[in-house]
Amino acid sequence: MEGGISIHLAPLTLAHLGNWPVTNTLVTTVTVSVLLIAFAYFAGKSLKVKPGKGQVILEELVSYPYAFVRDTLGNDKVAERTFPIIMTIFLFVLATNWFGLLPFTEGVGFNQPGLHEVTPLFYSPATDLNFTLALAAIAFFTIEIFGIATLGALGYGKKFLSFKSPIAFLIGVIEFVSEIARLISFSFRLFGNVFAGKVLILVILYFVPYLLPVPFSGFELFVGFIQAAIFALLTLFFTKIAISSHDEGHDDHSIEGSAHDMAERIEGGSEEGLHHAVEDENALLDGGTLNPRITNNVVSA
Amino acid sequence: MDIAAANSIAMGLAVGLGVMGPGIGIGLIVGRALEAIGRNPEASGSVIANMFIGIAFTEALAIFALVVGFIIKFT
Repeated sequence: MEGGISIHLAPLTLAHLGNWPVTNTLVTTVTVSVLLIAFAYFAGKSLKVKPGKGQVILEELVSYPYAFVRDTLGNDKVAERTFPIIMTIFLFVLATNWFGLLPFTEGVGFNQPGLHEVTPLFYSPATDLNFTLALAAIAFFTIEIFGIATLGALGYGKKFLSFKSPIAFLIGVIEFVSEIARLISFSFRLFGNVFAGKVLILVILYFVPYLLPVPFSGFELFVGFIQAAIFALLTLFFTKIAISSHDEGHDDHSIEGSAHDMAERIEGGSEEGLHHAVEDENALLDGGTLNPRITNNVVSA
Repeated sequence: MDIAAANSIAMGLAVGLGVMGPGIGIGLIVGRALEAIGRNPEASGSVIANMFIGIAFTEALAIFALVVGFIIKFT
């Protein structure tokens, strides 16, 4: 394709450290990590008991997802431990996706001998399968470890290997295969979405260079956010599946569960517990997120 | 027919045919989700969240087709 669009499946190599190729996606990943860590450090250093405006926003950004994770998992202990990694996945994927849309990511680069095009210094990391596969592996092991930690190695293994009946054995095999297939679908979903977005913008830039790329860039912002949310949410839901055993059945006992939790917290008497309980009660009263499920249960009961 | 032309046709076929099914699927998901919201507007929050999960699963298939298309064309 002379003079046309050039699309690479593999990321471009900037330099070599010994035998180890340093690609532009790697440089971007490290940059984004450093930026996120610096942000977290400075935001965490200036925390006050009486919050300012910025701190209120930050607290809201953390407490709302935490309430969602707690509600979904229905298990405070696991929620407490799994929330940091889920939120980290979300923020990291979001930051890399949006960083990859900044104007200088594809513009700033240098010429390399032997290549007749500019090698960009920064490039959206999710266009590199190594990045998404690494994230998928992290999510995969997180899910497995929480499953084993909650149900015990035997209880968790029973999901995949059961000799109760031929059908149970077959279901175990299918569960195992779908567990492995998760790695592929996790990594290729993110990779495909971001890569396709890059190609889409490239093609549009080639044919209609003015104005038309703008709405598509806006769409890419949306896709970047959705994919980050999907990655984190799927990790959360698979964790939920992993920590619930088959024997319990799948009836919806969310209301009894939360009422029980509340009673326990109030009995526990700690100030924090009371605070949570009051919050839950408020949510129940003012028709927040808990309300729809109540209506559902009433309707179905 | 030279190999580049065959590659282009193969990519077009792979992506075009592969996107058809997920397209129908996403249509069904969103249609049913809107129907559910129409019946029970108070549940719209959880319906929309689940809708996006379903869309993500379905869309992954289309993305697989696209990736396969790229692999056919560019490797």
